[in-house]
Amino acid sequence: MSKFALKTDLPGYLQEEQRQIEEIARSYGLDFFPTSYEMLTYDQMNEVASYGGFPIRYPHWRFGMEYEQMSKSSEYGLSRIYEMVINNNPAIAYLLEGNSIVDQKLVMAHVYAHVDFFKNNYTFKATNQGVDPRSGEPIRKWVDTMANHGAIIRRWANRVGIERVETYIDHCLSLENLIDPNKPFAPEKPRTKETHEEPKPLEPELLRVDRDYMESFINPEEFVQAQRKKLTDERDKPKRLPERPDRDVLGFLIDHGRLDPWERDILTVIRREAYYIYPQMQTKVMNEGWATYWHSRMMTERICDASEIIEYADRCAGVLATSGGKLNPYKLGVELYRHIEDRWNRGQFGKEWEDCDDHDLRRHWDRRTGLGREKIFQVRALYNDVTFIDEFLTPEFVAAHKLYTFGYNTRNDRWEIETRKFEQVKGRLLFSLTNAGQPFVYVVDSNHSNRGELLLQHDHQGVDLRLDWAREVLVAIERIWKRPVEIHTVIDDKPGLMRFDGSEHAQRAL
Amino acid sequence: MSLRIDQDHSRFRQIVRGKIRQNLRKYISKGELMGKQGKDVVSIPIPQVDIPRFRFADKQQGGVGQGDGEPGDPLSGEEGDGTGKAGSEAGEHVLEVDITLEELADILGEELELPNIEDRGKSTIVDQKDRYVGIRLVGPASLRHFKRTFRNAIRRQISMGTYNPDNPVIIPTREDMRYRSWKTEEEPVANAVIVYMMDVSGSMGDEQKEIVRIESFWIDTWLQRQYKGLETRFIIHDAVAREVDRETFFSTRESGGTMISSAYKLCSQIVDADYPTSQWNIYPLHFSDGDNWSVDDTLLCVEILKTKLLPVSNVFCYGQVESPYGSGQFIKDLKEHLPADERIITSEIRDRDAIVGSIRDFLGKGK
Repeated sequence: MSKFALKTDLPGYLQEEQRQIEEIARSYGLDFFPTSYEMLTYDQMNEVASYGGFPIRYPHWRFGMEYEQMSKSSEYGLSRIYEMVINNNPAIAYLLEGNSIVDQKLVMAHVYAHVDFFKNNYTFKATNQGVDPRSGEPIRKWVDTMANHGAIIRRWANRVGIERVETYIDHCLSLENLIDPNKPFAPEKPRTKETHEEPKPLEPELLRVDRDYMESFINPEEFVQAQRKKLTDERDKPKRLPERPDRDVLGFLIDHGRLDPWERDILTVIRREAYYIYPQMQTKVMNEGWATYWHSRMMTERICDASEIIEYADRCAGVLATSGGKLNPYKLGVELYRHIEDRWNRGQFGKEWEDCDDHDLRRHWDRRTGLGREKIFQVRALYNDVTFIDEFLTPEFVAAHKLYTFGYNTRNDRWEIETRKFEQVKGRLLFSLTNAGQPFVYVVDSNHSNRGELLLQHDHQGVDLRLDWAREVLVAIERIWKRPVEIHTVIDDKPGLMRFDGSEHAQRAL
Repeated sequence: MSLRIDQDHSRFRQIVRGKIRQNLRKYISKGELMGKQGKDVVSIPIPQVDIPRFRFADKQQGGVGQGDGEPGDPLSGEEGDGTGKAGSEAGEHVLEVDITLEELADILGEELELPNIEDRGKSTIVDQKDRYVGIRLVGPASLRHFKRTFRNAIRRQISMGTYNPDNPVIIPTREDMRYRSWKTEEEPVANAVIVYMMDVSGSMGDEQKEIVRIESFWIDTWLQRQYKGLETRFIIHDAVAREVDRETFFSTRESGGTMISSAYKLCSQIVDADYPTSQWNIYPLHFSDGDNWSVDDTLLCVEILKTKLLPVSNVFCYGQVESPYGSGQFIKDLKEHLPADERIITSEIRDRDAIVGSIRDFLGKGK
C-alpha cells in the first residue's frame, strides 16, 4: 500500500460517514470490493492524479507534464479533482482535504458505485490477476503491480541509463493504443508441441470408384501424385507471420521483435498497463453514468439532510452541465440508465413494443412490469459503451436530450451542427466510442518484401489518420522493430502507404 | 514535503527548456511571447511534447454534441476543443508552460551565446552578500541560535529524564549549542537604464514598429537578468522629441519630418537629470529607418554622441529597420563619422528574421 510522508487516514468524523454510506450503498444492492479512502492535500492529489491514481509508477517525464498542467489549472481555480478511485482489490479512493462535508459524502457515494462497476462489469474481468482461492474474489493487486513496474524500470535505468530508457519508453508509449481488447477473453492458445517426426505426406481425396478396373481411369496415378505434392507443398510452405492480422501490435513486437532483455521488459510493462487501462476507456459513459445515477439516488434519498440538499444539487448540476455543445459522458450515461429503468418499469420492450409505431400509444405505454432496477444492474454487468449506446439509444432519447452531430465546415472554417437525425447521431456516437475512438491497426506481415520489414494495416473506416502523428509513430515502431516499417491506409480517399526506413519518410499511393 | 513527482517534473522542465531553445528563433521572429507576459513569467506554447499515437485526423471526424441550435449553426463552444468529447480523448490543446523571465534570459543567452556583461570599471556588477540560511554546531557566541539551542537542551533533558515540568530549569550543554551559519551569494548590485528612442515619422510602418517592439522585449529580458534593477524610458521623435510611456511609444504614429538630434538631446537631458553615471549603467537604444532631415542635423547628432552620450553610456545601440520609404543613410553616416568606436554598435534589421542577429549584435559584446 501507499506510504505517504504525511498521515492520510480519514479523520474520525469521515470514517463514521464512510461506514454509513457503505451500508446504504450495500442496501441498494451495490456489490463492491472493500474500499479504503485516503485524504490528500491538493498537491498530493495532483501528484497521485498525474500518476493515474497510483502512488508509485515508473519514472517518466509525461507524469511531470501531467503534474504541471494539473497543478497549474488547480492553482488558477480552473479545475479541481474531487475524486479519484482506482480499480484495485481492495479499491483505493482519494478525497481532497478541504472539501466540504457534502462534497466528501457525494464523492464517497459516487466511488462505491464506481467500485461496484469495476467489480461487476465484464470488461474489467480483463484486469483480474487470478482468483483468491479462499474468498473466490478476483485478485487485482494493481497498486503492487504498478510499483513493481516502477522497480523494473528503475533497475534498468540504473543499468543502461535513464536517457535510453526514457527514450525507449517514449517509443513504446506511442504504441500504447495498439492492443487487442478481445485478447484477454480469448482462450489460451494450446502450445503446439514441436514434433520431430517426418510429417506424413497428405492424401488427396479421390473420386469414388465402384469398379476396380476403372481406378486407373478415374484417378490416374500421375494426377494423384500431382495432387499429393500440391497439398504437401501447401502445408510445408513457410507460414506468414502473423498467420492472421494481429491487432495486438505490442504483443507481436514482444514475441517476435529482436529486443534486448531490457527492451523486452519495458515493452512488457507498457503493454500490461495498456491492457489494464483499456476497460476504463471502453466504459467511460457507462461507468460515470452508473456512479452518477447512484450518488444522486443515495444522496437525495438517504444521505443528505435538509441543510445539505441545496449544496448537493448545486454540485451535482455542475458535474452534469453540458457546456459549449459538448457531450458530457456523466450526463449521457446517467440519463440513459434512467431511460432504461423507466422503459423496463413500464414494459417498453420486446417485440410488441418494437413493432408498435403509433406515437400516442408508445408515449402512454405502461405495462407496470417494474423490471427497471433489475435491468440496469444487468446492463452494468454485460455491456460496454458501444453496445450500451447501440442497444439503448432511442429516437425518443435523442430528441428529448437534443443530441446532434457536428462536423468541420471547411467553407466557413468553423465547427457546425450537421444534423439531428437519429441514425446519424447514433452512428457518429458509436464511431467515436468504437475502439475508444482510436483507429484499428493490425500487424499484417513481419517479413514484408521478404526483407524482414514490418507491415501494418490501418482498417480505414471513413476517417483518415492524423498524418504528422502517424509519421512519428512509424519512427517509434522502427526503433523497436529495428527494420523499416510500413503502414497501408487511405489518404484523401485513395489507398496509400506511409513508410519509414530508419532515416527517411515516404508516402505514396498504393 | 518533497513529492515523488518532483523528479519527473524536473525531467519535463528539462525537455521543455530544450524545446524552447530549439524553437527560440521562431519565437523571437514571430513575437509570440510578449502578449503572454505576466509579471515575472511568460507562458510559452510548446509544440508537441505529447506522445504521438495513431489517431484520427480531427477535422474529418466531427462528433456528437448536445444543446440548442439548427443544422448549420456554429457550435457555441467554438475553437478546436469541440471534437467528440464522448469516448475520444479530450480535444487537443496546445501545452502552455510558464517559465520565469530569468530562465528565458538564460535560454536566450545559451542559444545566442551571449556573454555576461562586463563591468565598466567604475562599479562591480555582482556583489557578494552573506545570508544566514543554516545552522551549525560551532560558531561565535554572537551568532548563537537561542531557540534552537534551548530546544535541543529541552529535548535532551526530557529524553534523559532530568526535566521537571514543575521546576523547568533548562541548562544547555556544549552539545546543545546551535549557531547560525551563512552562505555567501552573488547578486547583481548595479542598476541600469535603457533609453529607447524611436523615429515615429510617417515612414516607420506598423511592421517596423513591431520589429522594434520584439527586439526591445528581448533586450529588456536580457538586461533584466544582468542587473539588479532595470528602468526603461521611452522617447519618440519626428522633428521634435518627447518622452512617452511604453504604450504610447509603440502605438504613436506621426507624420512630418525627422530630426534625430532632437531625440539625442532629450536623451542626454534625461540621463543628466536622473541617472548619475556613478550609479547607473546607461543604454541608449535608437531605432529608425535611417532617414534624417538634413546633413547638418546628422552632424549635430554625431556631435551630441561624441561629447554627451557616448562618454556616459555603456554602449550606444543604433538599430536601423528597413522600410520601403527610408533611405537608410543614417547608419552609413554614423559609421563614417564614428569609425571604430567601441562604444557604438549599429545593426541593420531587414525583417523579422533578422531580429535574432540584431540582438546578438547589440548584446554579443558583453557591454
